[in-house]
Amino acid sequence: MSFSTIKHYYGDYGEAKNGAADISTNNQSKEEWPLWEIFIRSKQGLDHKHAGSLHAADAAMAIENARDVYTRRMEGVSIWAVESKYIHASNPVESGSLYDPANDKAYRHPTFYDLPEEVKYM
Amino acid sequence: MENIFQDKIDKEIRIEPKDWMPEKYRQTLIRQISQHAHSEIIGMLPEGNWITRAPSLKRKAILIAKVQDEAGHGLYLYSAAETLGISRDEMYDQLHTGKAKYSSIFNYPTLSWADMGVIGWLVDGAAIMNQVPLCRSSFGPYARAMVRVCKEESFHQRQGFEILYVLSKGTAAQRKMAQDAINRWWWPSIMMFGPKDDESPNSIQSMKWKIKRFSNDELRQKFIDVCAEQVKVLGFTLPDKDLKWNEERGHYDFGEINWDEFWQVIAGNGPCNKERLDARKKAWADGEWVRAAATAHAAKKSNKLKAA
Ligand SMILES: [Fe+2]
Ligand SMILES: [Fe+2]
Ligand SMILES: [Fe+2]
Repeated sequence: MSFSTIKHYYGDYGEAKNGAADISTNNQSKEEWPLWEIFIRSKQGLDHKHAGSLHAADAAMAIENARDVYTRRMEGVSIWAVESKYIHASNPVESGSLYDPANDKAYRHPTFYDLPEEVKYM
Repeated sequence: MENIFQDKIDKEIRIEPKDWMPEKYRQTLIRQISQHAHSEIIGMLPEGNWITRAPSLKRKAILIAKVQDEAGHGLYLYSAAETLGISRDEMYDQLHTGKAKYSSIFNYPTLSWADMGVIGWLVDGAAIMNQVPLCRSSFGPYARAMVRVCKEESFHQRQGFEILYVLSKGTAAQRKMAQDAINRWWWPSIMMFGPKDDESPNSIQSMKWKIKRFSNDELRQKFIDVCAEQVKVLGFTLPDKDLKWNEERGHYDFGEINWDEFWQVIAGNGPCNKERLDARKKAWADGEWVRAAATAHAAKKSNKLKAA
């Protein structure tokens, strides 16, 4: 199985291809602040979950902006910010070969096993 | 490829940014999402106009919260559009140069406090009508952004209706002010749903791709039916002498929309097009030194970190 080593930004179509034909996408200015992915823990005891992304000059600003953009109604108790360029993603084209092997392993699930009625609490 | 793609759409499987998609689908989405984002951002201006003049501290706090929400909506949507490969700066540039459009409604002036009520009730109301089906849009990041937006919009509409409800119980002058605001905003609000179905050729493909779920006319009719009832609660009227319940259709009939006005406003000749764009461009230019300073500060800090 081959893993692609191309780095994808979150949601990026890929580095080779740049967006819509009549909407050129080469004009990203050098001054544009980097993109950050924001993860929010909604409640103590739960995982951080991807909330969206935003632009900020540095990590401190990313967290401050994330508070204003994603937690105006107490949606979170903790924020993670990761610069988007550091996110590596699996390639959707290979999702078949990547996940299929799990498909025929029904014995990994508890419902695979037939037990007599008398057995309780299992 | 196209067939596999359409098949996924038909099966209600969401399309994610890195999945293959037809170029036209990408373009249509970039256009639609960025227009939507621009509308949220420009949409802050007519209401921002009344923040300093809100009649009480409570109303001021509410209005600030609403306008801040709209900024948030713009940001959710810009980042959804960015997943399609367009940069934020480029979208700003398209807005500032007039290449990109935003909702025609925001080119009308906000003349009285009652306009804040009407905007919440009708403009946010029309937006909600449009946006709720978009929560099931075929493009994942757009649908997720819309879920967030819709959760927040309901307060916008309710606070607007409440402003009008309070005015409707007020003095004769307050009732007159509210009715006047309704008269001015009603037609532009129902224009927000866009041109008639037979004049919006892009719609058919967008429906097939499930970028859009209902046609302009369907949504407009639904909105008119709802508002025609709600206005009775206020004891006001909608400025349409042809508005009448049609038993047979099960809908309200309504008068002819002035499409010439609609196209004029879209073309840039609305009452406030220039003012809105100038305000937006000024905000961007005035913020230039702040952006530069933040970039310089971040660079200095990361250099220090490397040196240490
Ligand atoms: Fe909106
Ligand atoms: Fe909004
Ligand atoms: Fe709103």
